Amino acid sequence: MLDRVASLGKTILDSIAGAGQAMVMLLRALIGKPQLRKSWPLLMQQMYSVGVLSLVIIIVSGLFIGMVLGLQGYTILVDFGAEQSLGPMVALSLLRELGPVVTALLFAGRAGSALTAEIGLMKATEQLSSLEMMAVDPLRRVISPRFWAGFYSMPLLAIIFSAVGIYGGYLVGVRWLGVDEGAFWSVMQSNVEWGQDILNGIIKSLVFAFTVTWIALHKGFHCTPTSVGISRATTSTVVTASLAVLGLDFVLTALMFG
Amino acid sequence: MESRNTQLAVGFFVIIGVLALLFLGLRAANTNVASNGQTYQLYAKFDNIGGLKERSPVKVGGVVVGRVTRITLDGDYYEPLVEMTISKDYDEFSNSSSVSILTSGLLGEQYIGLSPGFIDDTVEMLDDGDYIHDTKSALVLEDLIGQFLFSQGND
Repeated sequence: MLDRVASLGKTILDSIAGAGQAMVMLLRALIGKPQLRKSWPLLMQQMYSVGVLSLVIIIVSGLFIGMVLGLQGYTILVDFGAEQSLGPMVALSLLRELGPVVTALLFAGRAGSALTAEIGLMKATEQLSSLEMMAVDPLRRVISPRFWAGFYSMPLLAIIFSAVGIYGGYLVGVRWLGVDEGAFWSVMQSNVEWGQDILNGIIKSLVFAFTVTWIALHKGFHCTPTSVGISRATTSTVVTASLAVLGLDFVLTALMFG
Repeated sequence: MESRNTQLAVGFFVIIGVLALLFLGLRAANTNVASNGQTYQLYAKFDNIGGLKERSPVKVGGVVVGRVTRITLDGDYYEPLVEMTISKDYDEFSNSSSVSILTSGLLGEQYIGLSPGFIDDTVEMLDDGDYIHDTKSALVLEDLIGQFLFSQGND
């Protein structure tokens, strides 16, 4: 009995310690004198591997999700003679929910796991210790550019996702199923608002970007430096980040649209 | 050269992102009448506003000229008072104009239909803060059914 209580206490203490470690890591990586000349090429390199290389999966899945939304929405709306509402349905569901959330999930799988594995391997092969030996702060040199790259890339990816998805819905709805083109765009325009829908979507994806990148970096930086440890950390990144995104999404939606 | 290609790719990535944002802003979102440019307020009291909400459109002959900005209860008898924000582009309504709460389509959302009144020497133009007195309330389906049943019973 007492053992059970003790193991519960250990789990709680460990998770609090983990959160503390993550917070300290983030603060030490972000706070400090910015050295633009040195960190700019590093940021570019990471923007490339985190953002540009995720473009293909984001564009392809955005297109298909938009097309599926168009198809599903049409078959339901046409029963009520309301197929003109296809435009706002596709646009609102993409801008408010699917754009930020699906981008964050894909980003966690595509870029987050890569970040964790990369940093975990750096730790296992003692590259991080070597950096410290050479008086280079690994937090500033390794963690910080990766964090900012993720933070800047994901909102851009989410915007691209939504735009491509709307185009996919347009392709299916207007080009294939024959919804009137003028009605599709004009009803969409009269229902979508810049501040309420687009801006809130961007705020959501900024929050998700922060969360996913932070979790990925923390899991990598504090993993057990063995092959098992790295594989666990990578799995844990994807699971934790996805759960965090979905949970945060509910809270944000309740705050913004509730 | 590796670094230059990377920079090029990142540059294009950011440009695509900004273009996508422009597409969303210009093609998918509305540039609505009441939020930019000069506006003025008109007020109207109704008996029943039905499903009218803040931000519902105010239309003249189907053209959006403004939006409902506030709905409150007013006066001793708690009558719904609707504040409408109308674009300054349309500031020549006479005080014989009338407003009614209409529904777009059978199940659509409700909006305010503004019918401009006649203009001659005796009527004045509506200014900022004026009330429109000729109002027609929302059609409430339950009331209609009640009236219908009542008139059936009288036969």
